Amino acid sequence: MAVKSMTAADNAAAPVPVPLTEQDLAVADRIAGTSIFLGASALLIGVTLGVMQGLEHVGINLYKYVQPWVATYYHGLTMHGVLNALVWTTFFIVGFFTYAIVRSLNRPLRYPWLNVLGLLVMVIGLLTAAVPMLTNNASVLYTFYPPMKADWSCYLGLTLVVVGSWMAGWGYFFTLYAWRKEHPGQKQPFIALTVSITMAMWQLATLGVAAEILFLLLPWSLGLVQGTDPLLGRTLFWFFGHPLVYFWLLPAYVSWYAMLPAQTGGKLFSEQLARLVFWLFLLLSTPVGFHHQYTDPGIPQAWKFLHTTITFSLAFPSFLTAFTVVASLEVGARALGGKGYFGWIRKLNWGNPSYAAQNLAMILFVFGGIGGITNASFNLNLAVHNTIWIPGHFHLTVASASTLTFFGILYWLAPALTKRKLFAPKLALAQAWTWFIGMLLMGNALHLLGLHFGAPRRTMLGSAPYASPDWNPFLMESAVGVTFLAISATLLYIVLIGTLFNKKSDVEVKMPVAEPLNPSQSIPKWLDSWTPWVFGAVALVLVAYGPMLYQLIRDIELTSPGWRVW
Amino acid sequence: MSEQTNPIEDPVVEEAQDQSAPVEGGLSEDAHLHIDKYESMWLKIAFIIMGVFFLSVIVSSFAIGIQLPGAYARIDPTTVNDPGSPFAEPGLRELAPGKYEAYYRAQIWQFTPREIHVPLGAEVSFYVTSQDVMHGFKISDTNVNVMVIPGQVSTLKHTFDKPGEYKIICHEYCGQLHHTMYAQIFVDEPTEEVASGAQN
Ligand code: HEM
Ligand SMILES: [Cu+2]
Ligand SMILES: [Cu+2]
Repeated sequence: MAVKSMTAADNAAAPVPVPLTEQDLAVADRIAGTSIFLGASALLIGVTLGVMQGLEHVGINLYKYVQPWVATYYHGLTMHGVLNALVWTTFFIVGFFTYAIVRSLNRPLRYPWLNVLGLLVMVIGLLTAAVPMLTNNASVLYTFYPPMKADWSCYLGLTLVVVGSWMAGWGYFFTLYAWRKEHPGQKQPFIALTVSITMAMWQLATLGVAAEILFLLLPWSLGLVQGTDPLLGRTLFWFFGHPLVYFWLLPAYVSWYAMLPAQTGGKLFSEQLARLVFWLFLLLSTPVGFHHQYTDPGIPQAWKFLHTTITFSLAFPSFLTAFTVVASLEVGARALGGKGYFGWIRKLNWGNPSYAAQNLAMILFVFGGIGGITNASFNLNLAVHNTIWIPGHFHLTVASASTLTFFGILYWLAPALTKRKLFAPKLALAQAWTWFIGMLLMGNALHLLGLHFGAPRRTMLGSAPYASPDWNPFLMESAVGVTFLAISATLLYIVLIGTLFNKKSDVEVKMPVAEPLNPSQSIPKWLDSWTPWVFGAVALVLVAYGPMLYQLIRDIELTSPGWRVW
Repeated sequence: MSEQTNPIEDPVVEEAQDQSAPVEGGLSEDAHLHIDKYESMWLKIAFIIMGVFFLSVIVSSFAIGIQLPGAYARIDPTTVNDPGSPFAEPGLRELAPGKYEAYYRAQIWQFTPREIHVPLGAEVSFYVTSQDVMHGFKISDTNVNVMVIPGQVSTLKHTFDKPGEYKIICHEYCGQLHHTMYAQIFVDEPTEEVASGAQN
């Protein structure tokens, strides 16, 4: 990054760039390390419960050994969803982003106290929600659909986790803003920009769930109002629910675009398109939530169809990603002597666990993506909605594309944060492959069970009276996958804990940063400015959600009393 | 400015002349979006894939008529069992020869009615509501798949062209015994008597 166009006047007014000191780095890394440590601890409990679920489906009931800690299958499933999909992801992402943004900008956090406060609020929220959740007073699953009524402290705790993550985001925005003031006329560095776009998308998306909790669930669970409106609650939840999946995915994209190519000698193939992709996600991620409500009563088909259309356009940024990322990696493999149409693939950095994990994650995401388009296809959704196809789908996306990528990131980030060597890299490599095989088997089996037999999700299948013997081969396939996953999870924690106690290393591990393939290519201004995209995103949400939400709120009927049914 | 050394960057050469010219690798008002040849091919393929999906959605929903549930009616869940409510005595009713309506009440952890029999070829309109929490209503081997939400009446229609047993499975978590919640539909082939009678 060398030259820029700036006027003399700009120059004179620009504040002096603040240098990044060791101390600043220590602050950011303390936040990152704490956040990731908590996320990974949550995941340890989460995956253990996942294994128990998979085994229950083939009649191996382990719940009797963990009384009263995990009272029922559904108590466990609630914790599995919350700890994995909400806690592990959010805490890992906040940690990773905090580490990455200061390096990308080469500038300290503008207000470190804001990021510290954010993490603190997240932790308080986690502890608050943990009490009712662990004691089986909130076994409402991670979607907490009313009128099932959890203890109020559960809703409050989840809200605090979200609010804390907002503060983390504000911390990044202020930091990026300060950097821009100090560097007038320069393009925003790619990683800092995409981190901030992800957090901006998150702010917009979480408004839905924040409204649901603050206006419906909290007053009701505190007994201030007697009833609630389940469809409105569900609609507000899914306003948040779909962009939530992009909140899981975009951090993986940040790594795939901007870091992973450097781990295999490659370059970022097209920085222009990579930026465009992130802006498109900001624009399109939120106004698509009705694709989770295709089978809901009370929402006219026309609105559902509009959301189908927007969802389909959301496929393009992911198609672009597939091309750009593969091309970026291919550049590296060919530089290392790779030849042929596909022969170059062997030259990728497969021996490196950090690289291998992320590349395997991408492969699983191809299947996840295809399944996702199917789910989004309006009436095609009738074939799979709420069948176990759906967990099959998202174990290839959030539990693989995102989670396995995060493991890959951890294989350089844990050494970077602890200043210790990665413990047993061979085991880490085996971890990546066993996760890949396990998810492939479990994912395949669950997809088929849902599609062919309509086996329901969120169900203790091993005890269901309607389960048919025809399901058994697939349930067995899934159980084999689950076994691989159990081994994989064990390896993961051996490597991570081993690293934590490994001896100090003098070799400093740095964040991998992929250079653009064509560094002299200019970036059009519109790919560097926030205003059009932010306004566009808000406008699109108003169009796609405004009228229906207005109607649901106008016709609100607080007639459903709360239920405790677990 | 020239005194300040920026620790982050390579030394910057400031060019005094033409400020408006696009600068390599920086920002530029009039830089174009560059799309690689293969990438543009790939995008076209993506466009075709999505186009095919889009068309099949349109054809199947508007030409073939595989409909999603829409907005039908609301109901106060605390009055579902009141006299006069169509869900107070749920069950199957014949509207015209071969045409039926079936009212289902969902509650933890059962559907009422538990079991119905319809003749082969019957067209059944289903109306479902819940008196407590959310439930699911999916009839195996059909396109009937709908959420049951307290406060709302869900409706979908199906013509039963194959004889045999169909299962209605609750596919939304509804509490401790959710996995036991299901009902049955038996589609009966015409008995010989009826069949021969129909032929005369
Ligand atoms: C050892 C690895 C894992 C195994 C064996 C596993 C297994 C399962 C199974 C069998 C289900 C279906 C339960 C049901 O529908 O009744 C499930 C649900 C789920 N899993 Fe996992 N899982 C694993 C890891 C993960 C990870 C890493 C994530 C996310 C980061 C995740 C997120 C979820 C979510 C969100 C659900 C849905 C919960 C719900 O329906 O309320 N899982 N898991
Ligand atoms: Cu979605
Ligand atoms: Cu149920």
